Amino acid sequence: MAGLTLASPSAERRVYSPWRETWRRYSRHKLAVVSAFLLLVLIFAVLVGPFIWRVKIDDIDIVAGLQGPSLAHPFGTDDLGQDILARMIYGGRISLAVGLAAMLVSVFVGTLIGALAGMSRGALGHALMWLTDLFLSLPQLPLLLLLIYLFRDGLKAAFGPEGGIFILIVLVIGGLRWMPVARLVRAQFLSIREKEFVEAARALGASPVRQVVRHILPNALGPVIIAGTIDVAAAIIAESTLSFLGLGFPPDTPTWGRLLYDAKDFLDIGPHWALFPGGAIFIAVVAINFIGDGLRDALDARRVI
Amino acid sequence: MSQYVLRRLLIAIPSLLGISAVLFFVLALAPGDPFSELATNPNVPPEVQAALRAKFGLDDPIYLRYVHWLNAMLHGDWGFSFVSRMDVDKLILQRLPTTLYVIGSAQILALLIAIPVGVYAATKPYSLFDQVANTLAFVGFSLPTFFTGILFILIFSVTLDWLPFVYTTDVKATGIHWVFEMIRQAIMPVAVLGLFQAASMTRFVRSAMLDVIRLDYITTARAKGLGQAKVIVKHVMRNAMIPVVTLIALQIPAVFGGAIVTEQIFRIPGIGSLLISSILSNDTPVVMAVTFVFACLVVLFNLIADILYGWLDPRISFR
Amino acid sequence: MLDKEMRSMIGDVKDGRMDRRAFIKRMAAVGLTAPLANQILALGGVAMAEGASTYKPTKRGGGGALKLLWWQGPTLLNPHFATGTKDQDGSRLFYEPLACWDPDGNMKLVLATEIPSIQNGLLAADGKSVTWKLKPGVKWHDGKPFSADDLVFTWQYAKDPATAAITIGVYRDITVEKIDDLTVKITFPKPTPFWADAFVGAGAGQILPKHLFADYIGSKSREAPTNLSPVGTGPYKFVEFKPGDLIRGVINPDYHMQNRPYFDSVEMKGGGDAVSAARAVIQTGEYDFGWNIQVEDDVLLRLEKGGKGKTVYAVGGDTEFIALNFTDPNVEVDGERSSMKTKHPLFSDPVVRKALSLLVDRDSVKKAIYGRAGRTTANFLNGPEKFVSKNTSWEFNIEKAAKMLDDAGWKPGADGIREKDGKKLKLLYQTAINGPRQKTQAIVKQACQKAGIDVELKSVVASVFFSSDVANPDTYPKFYADIEMFQIPLSQPDPSQHMRRYLSTAVATKENKWQGTNFPRWVNKDYDAAINAADTEMDPVKRAALYIKANDLMWEDTVFIPVMHRLKVEAAANNLRPVISGWANETDNLFDWYREE
Repeated sequence: MAGLTLASPSAERRVYSPWRETWRRYSRHKLAVVSAFLLLVLIFAVLVGPFIWRVKIDDIDIVAGLQGPSLAHPFGTDDLGQDILARMIYGGRISLAVGLAAMLVSVFVGTLIGALAGMSRGALGHALMWLTDLFLSLPQLPLLLLLIYLFRDGLKAAFGPEGGIFILIVLVIGGLRWMPVARLVRAQFLSIREKEFVEAARALGASPVRQVVRHILPNALGPVIIAGTIDVAAAIIAESTLSFLGLGFPPDTPTWGRLLYDAKDFLDIGPHWALFPGGAIFIAVVAINFIGDGLRDALDARRVI
Repeated sequence: MSQYVLRRLLIAIPSLLGISAVLFFVLALAPGDPFSELATNPNVPPEVQAALRAKFGLDDPIYLRYVHWLNAMLHGDWGFSFVSRMDVDKLILQRLPTTLYVIGSAQILALLIAIPVGVYAATKPYSLFDQVANTLAFVGFSLPTFFTGILFILIFSVTLDWLPFVYTTDVKATGIHWVFEMIRQAIMPVAVLGLFQAASMTRFVRSAMLDVIRLDYITTARAKGLGQAKVIVKHVMRNAMIPVVTLIALQIPAVFGGAIVTEQIFRIPGIGSLLISSILSNDTPVVMAVTFVFACLVVLFNLIADILYGWLDPRISFR
Repeated sequence: MLDKEMRSMIGDVKDGRMDRRAFIKRMAAVGLTAPLANQILALGGVAMAEGASTYKPTKRGGGGALKLLWWQGPTLLNPHFATGTKDQDGSRLFYEPLACWDPDGNMKLVLATEIPSIQNGLLAADGKSVTWKLKPGVKWHDGKPFSADDLVFTWQYAKDPATAAITIGVYRDITVEKIDDLTVKITFPKPTPFWADAFVGAGAGQILPKHLFADYIGSKSREAPTNLSPVGTGPYKFVEFKPGDLIRGVINPDYHMQNRPYFDSVEMKGGGDAVSAARAVIQTGEYDFGWNIQVEDDVLLRLEKGGKGKTVYAVGGDTEFIALNFTDPNVEVDGERSSMKTKHPLFSDPVVRKALSLLVDRDSVKKAIYGRAGRTTANFLNGPEKFVSKNTSWEFNIEKAAKMLDDAGWKPGADGIREKDGKKLKLLYQTAINGPRQKTQAIVKQACQKAGIDVELKSVVASVFFSSDVANPDTYPKFYADIEMFQIPLSQPDPSQHMRRYLSTAVATKENKWQGTNFPRWVNKDYDAAINAADTEMDPVKRAALYIKANDLMWEDTVFIPVMHRLKVEAAANNLRPVISGWANETDNLFDWYREE
């Protein structure tokens, strides 16, 4: 993402700093550029949407329940007659923030642990893989219930009801999804660290940190980026299941995943209810994935376009 | 190599012990009560609920309960379900065949789709095929199984009336008809789960292939005049398999663990639905047994994956 | 007044001047119909009518397979270990009680030959004992004869604390003695107006075979092989059981009721959720019957259009309510929140409680959620009819609530939230996680907001909310919230157990590990007196009046805001004729089910 914000296309062409080079390659990936724009539009829409679309998210009007799209309700209404557009704008903030933040947590933790385990040849590697195995085997539901029980009130007191829950959700979703990333990164590291160019760097006296950051990690990023982009979708959906455990936002908070879940039983009566949040999740996922593809191509040291 | 495997297996014992202890404590500390349904039954005095808790040892200190559990487990006693009042191993064995059949088929379906599609898409990046495959993959993992499951039911059971959506272990047919019925009722759950996993797997395979396909030695192999197909299968795939092997090793334990949501939707009596109902009713012995077996499989397949890495890329050395 | 009139009517029925049906009709006119109208007659000296049967088939069997869908499958098949109604339902396919409850709350004989009454001498006039005559010639599925020994044994089995039976509460204080092979006498320690608890209904009444359980009484109870493969006297014989998934049974060719059962085999499939269960019965017809279809009425109406099945309703006494906390959930005293040493800062003003009760839009809740499965009500006690108060009323009126609060000095602050003496009208509203409940929360919250009351919603997983776990703060008896919503089912056609929960001696506190049943922590001497008197009052009319008074006291104090009188909702194939009672388990009348050809 850094590449997106740093350079502007109008800058000089001759000086090729690494970031500039990355942006040059990224910008050649048409879909990635369009997707980045699309994601920005989505983020912009959920941020300023409430100022333009001023219908309240919890105005109940049972007579007008389950209506299809109309001028008064462009996205229709749910079974209590609440405006789906307003709810989606409100929920989009949470869903996008949770999706992106949880993805960053899981990618960061996963990469860190995977890299350490992949480089270590001793007890640390075993210990970290043990930790990964442990987290993979933990049944999530009781763990979540335990976490709510232990931390909900404390976080609520420290960060307020919304902020505390947001932190808890992001940490929980991210904290329960880093294991595949760690395994993938470790596997890549095991293979890459024995490759000639790393051995060359080692022979030239590169410190382990430099080996990792300059040589190994860039070559191991492919699966990480894919895992990260998939995690965004998974986190948006996981958030909706969390609110069913009383862990998520209060039950009347309309996040995208929650809207989709609520709509599922009305799929044959009011398909619009599921269509819009489902579509929004899909668009966000597609955009993030193409951005991921673009980044992957741009960061791939071997590739020359 | 064999020495390495032996050492890893030895390490696995304390590591599983550690995992089991953590699992046990998490489960014991997690809130809930196996007898919660009694709470609103006006005929059941609250002392009864308390007496039951005492009888099943729920009021003992946790470490003591863990020692009891571990001791019983070492003697082959898997525990006794609070809720069903029967032996846990029997409960699990009852559910195992269905889980292996349905979830296993779904995993195989996912692999059968993901590997060829991912490989072919990577050989022609940004071609029409690649774009379509990608888009379908995005649809696949942005729609949760609770949603696609219902969609499938509405289309194939309600509207078209082709397939049943209640999975039954008691198929009333014999011979070829039995086989036919077993396949028919598994189509939807296998498709829902298989396609969901194929979606993300395809993306991983494609990415792994793209990583390798541009490497020098591939170009060399091509330059030597090796045919495209041969290059891809012999050289590219083998090296690209490392992330794929990792993913498969991550997925296999799930064949035992089941798929909670899909099993719920289609009423498949698998281990996933046993696990979720046991969790919701706080039937700790069952949850503990299932998760412990799951943990053993996780550790085992992690080991197998490590061994496979060495085979796929002989430069990876294990000490 | 009513008392006198009813007495003369009972006399008329006794002398044959008025027929039973007319009596029940007259009772209905004054709000005293249904289940216990019959018991009134019984206690007034008129033999109780046996529930009428609508069973038509003229031969046993031939009905093919009956496919039942229980979206929570039974997990065990010993009725005395049943942790939920689903387990009782499953056991009831095989085991039987002496009598059960029909849809009108009438007693229906199963293994007994006569309904005890004062007239036939089986019921003691002082209410301290009841005698049951057993049907002769009944055999267990394994061919052994059924006798009074089995009843005495079931009593011994259930009352032994080491057995850990959940039915211990029913059997602990009574004595069961064998008079002869086909007669037992139950003696109660005190006058017991509701004597039909032990051995009646699926909840606690299912009788176990002595010859198979005798060696497994007390601490060995869990080892009994029959726990998993029941041998009963019921219409179906056990074939197979997979906990949580499947129960199968085949017709009992020696069943003791004529021409019954109709079906050749029965299958009870478990798992899934209510909506898809409704689909499988109503829409695709894969199953004949779906249990407990708690689904928004809109969805059901849609499924029923051109479907293969329909919904079936049964009226009982289940009430969904919002309970108000009379103590302060936010102040900790001696390690305990919601302590009896505190008073709720907002609800100690009765105006706030009254205003809140004006803000529950029951019509909208009914319209959007419960539909045909709910009836709006002002009462906490909604059944049996005899005990339902006619003195109460409810209203939804935001303006009136706002005015009441204004008048009482609760003025809106800068943020629009009312406050008085620095206390803001902010409420924490908790409930168990369940679709309809979350929607009700949303409807109530909106009305409150319009009236200047801020409501924070909280939902807790059901297994935690209903837990007796002392360490957890989210359980309903702890009530660490201002208001909470759920329902306590009325599982028999009598309110005594139900109403005893709110005695002031039963307050849930840290001292009793929150096992007390009075979770609103409401204390009222008049209520205590009424309930204690009703417990031993043998005059049915006076007794009903006491319960009505108790209900009205709750209403006056706004202890509960009843949201909905909930009906049982089931799904059935169009041609299935199920018999469902709101006072009993769904399978209690299974022997009378048949299919219209």
